[in-house]
Amino acid sequence: MRFDLDYAAEITPLLLRATITTFEATIGGMALALIVGLLIAIVRIAAPPPIARLAGIYVEFVRSTPLLIQLFFLFYVLPRYGVSTTPLVTGILALGLHYSSYTAEVYRAGIRGVPTGQWEAAIALNFSLSRTWTRIILPQAIPPIIPPLGNYLVAMFKDTPLLATITVSELLGTALSEAGRTYRYFEPLTIVGLIFLLLSYPSAILIKRLERRLVTQH
Amino acid sequence: MSPNTDPSPAVEPESKAESRAESESAPIVRFRAVSKAFGDVHVMREVDLDIPAGQKVAIIGPSGSGKTTLLRLLMTLEKPDSGTIEVEGELLGLRRVDGRLVPDNPRHLRSVRSKITMVFQHFNLFPHMTALQNVTEAPIHVLGLPRAEAEERAVALLGQVGLAAKAGSYPRELSGGQRQRVAIARALAMRPKIMLFDEVTSALDPELVGEVLRVLRDLAHQSGMTMLIVTHEMRFAADVSDRVIFMDKGLIVEDDRPDKIFTAPSHERTKTFLRAIIER
Repeated sequence: MRFDLDYAAEITPLLLRATITTFEATIGGMALALIVGLLIAIVRIAAPPPIARLAGIYVEFVRSTPLLIQLFFLFYVLPRYGVSTTPLVTGILALGLHYSSYTAEVYRAGIRGVPTGQWEAAIALNFSLSRTWTRIILPQAIPPIIPPLGNYLVAMFKDTPLLATITVSELLGTALSEAGRTYRYFEPLTIVGLIFLLLSYPSAILIKRLERRLVTQH
Repeated sequence: MSPNTDPSPAVEPESKAESRAESESAPIVRFRAVSKAFGDVHVMREVDLDIPAGQKVAIIGPSGSGKTTLLRLLMTLEKPDSGTIEVEGELLGLRRVDGRLVPDNPRHLRSVRSKITMVFQHFNLFPHMTALQNVTEAPIHVLGLPRAEAEERAVALLGQVGLAAKAGSYPRELSGGQRQRVAIARALAMRPKIMLFDEVTSALDPELVGEVLRVLRDLAHQSGMTMLIVTHEMRFAADVSDRVIFMDKGLIVEDDRPDKIFTAPSHERTKTFLRAIIER
C-alpha cells in the first residue's frame, strides 16, 4: 500500500471542515465540564452532608463507567423520555458530564488548597457566603489548577472521536465515511492522526509552560 | 485623629473594673455561661463576662487557657457548646423562638456581626490583592461603598498605619510587620465598634513587633472602639488596657485593673504566670 498524496490533498479540506465539529464538541464539552464540575465541587464542600454525599456518589458513578457507555446511554435512552437533540448536542452533554466528574475533583483540590485563614478573614470582614466564594476563595483556588484543567481539555479533545459512534460527523466520523466510499483507509486515518497530533502536542507544551510560570509565581 | 468616628462614648478612666457591675448602660459584649470544648479539652468553662463599650481589655494567660477561643467565639469563628453571647443586647448566632434558642439566620447574624472585626496572628491578608485592594474589598463588597470613597478611606487608613507608600504592593512583597499593619487598616475600614486582636505580634520577627505595637497603642489611646487584645506583650498590655483578664484552663481567674494585676495579683496562678513570662 502506497500513501497517495493526490488523494490526501483531495480529502484534506473535507477533514479540516470536520475539525470544526471536533472543536465545537471539545469547547462545548469543556464549558459544560468547567461549570458543572465547579458546582459539584462547591456542593461537595459547602452543602449539607446528605446533599454533599449525593454529589460524591455522582462523581464516583460517572468516573467508574466508560464514556462510551454514557454516550450510548444518552443517545438511545434520552429520546425515549422525550429529550431529543442533535447527535452533536448529545455528544457535548456526554463529554461535559463525564469530564465534570474529573474537573470537580480538581476544583475541590484547588478550593481545599486555600488556607482556612482566608475563610476566617472573610467572616471577620463580614462577607456574605456568596461574596466569600466569588471574591476571596475562587480567585485563589483557580489559578493553581489551570494546568490540570488544561490537561483534561486535551484529554477530552482526544476523546471526541468516540462521538463518531453516535453519527456525529467530527474528524473520525468524516474520515471513516470517506474511507467507506473509496475503500482507502490509509490516507484519511493518517491525516486525522496528524491533525490530532498537531493540535494536542502544542497545547500540552503550552500547559507545561503555564504550569512552570504558576509554580514560580507562588 | 482616628477615622473611626465611633458613636459610643469613651469610658471615663476612673470607672473600670470595680464599677463595672453597677454601670447602668448595658455592656456592649456579654458572655453568659459560655462553654466550649474541643474533644476532651475544655477551653471555656461557663464563662461570664461583661465588657462596657469603649473599654480596652487585655486578655492574658498560658497557651490553651481559652483566651483565643474567647475572641473566636465572639467573631463567630467558633460556636459555643452552651451559653450565650450578646452584642449590644442582641444574641450572637442564636435566635429565641418560642423561648427556645435556635441558630440565627445568616442575614441577622451578619447584621450583629457587622459591629465586630478581628486582626489575626497570621494576618490572613488576601494574597491576590494589593494592600489597597485588601483595604477596599470589604467596604465595597460588604458595606456597599462606592469605589472612589472606599479608596479615599483606604488611602487615609494606610497612611494612618504608616504604609501610604505601599498601597500598590502585594502582601508577598511586604514584611511581616507591614502585612500586619495592612491587616489592621483593613479591619479599621469596616468601622467596627468592637475590634479583636489575636496575638497580632506573635508571628513577627522581634525587630518588627515595635512598629505594630505602636499602631495599636495609638489606636487604643485615640479611638472610642471597644478593643479585646489577646497578647503576650505584658508591657504593652499594661500600657494600653483599662482592664486585664487572666485566663487559665478555660476560666477567668483574675479580672482587674492593669496596675493591680501586674503589681499585686491576688491569685497564685496569676503570680506564677507573670513570673514565668517576665523571667523569660
